[in-house]
Amino acid sequence: MSFDERSKWASGLISLGTFAAYAVIILRRAGGGPLTDVAYRSTLLWTIGASVVLIVVAHVLIAVANPSEADKRDERDRAIERLGEYRGGLVLAVGMLGPFTLSLWGADHFWISNAIYLVFVVGSTASSAFKVAAYRKGF
Amino acid sequence: MAKPTKVTNSIRRLRFESDEMTQADLADRVGVTRQTIIAIEHGRYSPSLEMAFQIARAFAVPLDEVFHYPEES
Repeated sequence: MSFDERSKWASGLISLGTFAAYAVIILRRAGGGPLTDVAYRSTLLWTIGASVVLIVVAHVLIAVANPSEADKRDERDRAIERLGEYRGGLVLAVGMLGPFTLSLWGADHFWISNAIYLVFVVGSTASSAFKVAAYRKGF
Repeated sequence: MAKPTKVTNSIRRLRFESDEMTQADLADRVGVTRQTIIAIEHGRYSPSLEMAFQIARAFAVPLDEVFHYPEES
């Protein structure tokens, strides 16, 4: 498995994992009550920050574990990167129709903010998944 | 699963005939990762024309001795 492929695995799993942790925290905080009453802003921002830091740390660790491969990128890696970003971007664009619709309907800011976060997570995870699939099955 | 490319190649045989050149050796000569050589050998990736020429040059053979494309039926 190449450095880039390992990085894509790490990015996808960390994005999903941090979102899952955020969802658990918010649901516990709600305690069965209405979610729109839950204080979520700082938790959401901390979760996004933690996700970014964890992805950077994971990339550094993967590079340290495989120093000879860390700076090796060829045309296949770049082609897979472009393919994954393009397809992930499509998922993101279509997904953003959700929060857009919520805002038009005048939904609570809780739902709009969290829908945007969810779409970003789905988009980045899809991008990572497309890249891993391209590494595994070819394209 | 169908292979994503119709292009086939003789890289494995050519490596064997070149003093059993390893995939890592070929990757170093061409300037790509070993994983890319593996993907090309297994038909999971069609290299660019430039990389194809570099691979042929590494074996000192013409391009069509390395890569093959099926005739239209």
